[in-house]
Amino acid sequence: MLDLLYFEKYPLKKNVHSYRQGDLSIAHDVNSGSLHVLDEGTYNVLKAIEELQELSGSISIAGITQVLRQTGKTELGEELTEILEELEELRKEGTLFTAEAEGIQPTYPAKPIVKAICLHVAHDCNLRCEYCFAGTGAFGGSRTMMDLETGKKGIDFVLESSGHRNHCEVDFFGGEPLLNFRLVKDLVEYGRKAGAERGKTIKFTLTTNGVLLNDKIQEFLEQEDISVVLSLDGRPEVHDRMRPYADGRGSYAKVTPLIKQFATQRPESSPYALGTYYYVRGTYTHFNLDFDQDVLHMADLGIKQISVEPVVAGPKDAYAFQEGDLDKIREAYDRLGEELILRRGQGRDFNFFHFNVALDQGPCMVKRLSGCGAGHEYVAISPEGDLYPCHQFVGQETYKLGSLYDETPLQLKEELVKEFRSAHVYAKPSCRECWARFACSGGCHAANVSFTQNLTEVYTLGCELQKKRLEVALYVKIKELMSGACQGDGPFDTL
Amino acid sequence: MAKHIQTIVKANLSATVKTGGCGKCQTSCQSACKTSCTVGNQVCVK
Ligand code: SF4
Ligand code: SF4
Repeated sequence: MLDLLYFEKYPLKKNVHSYRQGDLSIAHDVNSGSLHVLDEGTYNVLKAIEELQELSGSISIAGITQVLRQTGKTELGEELTEILEELEELRKEGTLFTAEAEGIQPTYPAKPIVKAICLHVAHDCNLRCEYCFAGTGAFGGSRTMMDLETGKKGIDFVLESSGHRNHCEVDFFGGEPLLNFRLVKDLVEYGRKAGAERGKTIKFTLTTNGVLLNDKIQEFLEQEDISVVLSLDGRPEVHDRMRPYADGRGSYAKVTPLIKQFATQRPESSPYALGTYYYVRGTYTHFNLDFDQDVLHMADLGIKQISVEPVVAGPKDAYAFQEGDLDKIREAYDRLGEELILRRGQGRDFNFFHFNVALDQGPCMVKRLSGCGAGHEYVAISPEGDLYPCHQFVGQETYKLGSLYDETPLQLKEELVKEFRSAHVYAKPSCRECWARFACSGGCHAANVSFTQNLTEVYTLGCELQKKRLEVALYVKIKELMSGACQGDGPFDTL
Repeated sequence: MAKHIQTIVKANLSATVKTGGCGKCQTSCQSACKTSCTVGNQVCVK
């Protein structure tokens, strides 16, 4: 039987997340990544232990029974022994109450290995999206285009600074990168050649609003195997409100057929953004807290790979989330999860990016601890050739890492590299205690800085949304596996 | 057969501390404006 003394030294809440979702009670063992479905009694026992830990009460059978009584739960009698026996089985097996691997910290080589760059090929845009962090494309500067020389230097930079890594990533970003399509074309050609000379492959991606996605451009993206992220917010009125042209007209009517056409050309696109993929992504705001309807709108258009994400806004913005929005957002994720399960059952499948969890083939611990790598594995390059930790920091002088036109462009500003490297998940007090730490990796530096002015303090609203998404994601996964089991596809052993 | 708990996934994430870190996987960005590849939503390419 489970020795309850174990819980004197084992903080339950941060290591085993037990929660209810839909008709299930779920326990997620954070350190191993295992998942269990609990019956009512077992769920109540785990919650009682959590409560006793919080009150620093002694954890004993009598204590658990008392909590159950006080909270009006069914008392368990003999069943409690059974439950504790089953819990002990799982503990011994290493799938529940597992300990956190000790002393692991991301370690990095002295010189940063930058393997991914974001090339801001156009600091200009043909739309004026309300929530654009880039100040509608210009990043607080003037509207400029990157030239060929700078672009080539950018490619040389990533090929060189990626050291022994053979896989590099180049993302064409803006503003709207298709406003500088000529350069995109030239750089893909240049990149392929320069990469091959060094025995490296470059994976190209492009993020676009879709306005200029004509046949010629679509063909080019297809031929060159370029992964594409396309922006669409959902229902026409939702999209047009936030994504107008400079003259105020909405862009839905223009971009939707083009995005649809492009998306349906890539039916095999990976839901995990592997190989050559596409994603149609949108942003939800205070104005569409029922964003599940926007996701379904896109799914109904025949788009299969969808990501719709919360806006990050300052408190003064009208579209910023307000007090009281959180519950509605949570409900939208709940509804979306149920609808996804339903449609999958009917063969009307689509993928919602944040509900994808590849439990068994997920990334390794090292990756989970280091997160996005902004400022040391990933940098953004402005049209002028200035280097920043990531696209969201572009134009912020204090975060400038260097320039492609420096004598030694590979020499990034050391203090900044250090600062970003050390802002990993274990450096953040809230994250150390958070059950979502290995899926979230400590949140987005840019969002954290803009809300807390500090790289190691988290943006709490973002955390709430992150955790909710993860809860629903795990639930969707469990439902999928359980229905597979009915058809004889089990077991789900990934040990 | 357990009566109270049904195990759905048995995983061993901690073991990847030793085996991981090859760096072949895609960079992950969580921000809304980008691919939004939160680490938890990715796969290992090994
Ligand atoms: S950023 Fe928030 S949700 Fe993510 S690990 Fe840290 S505390 Fe948890
Ligand atoms: S800091 Fe945020 S926006 Fe920048 S790369 Fe990391 S997750 Fe993305």
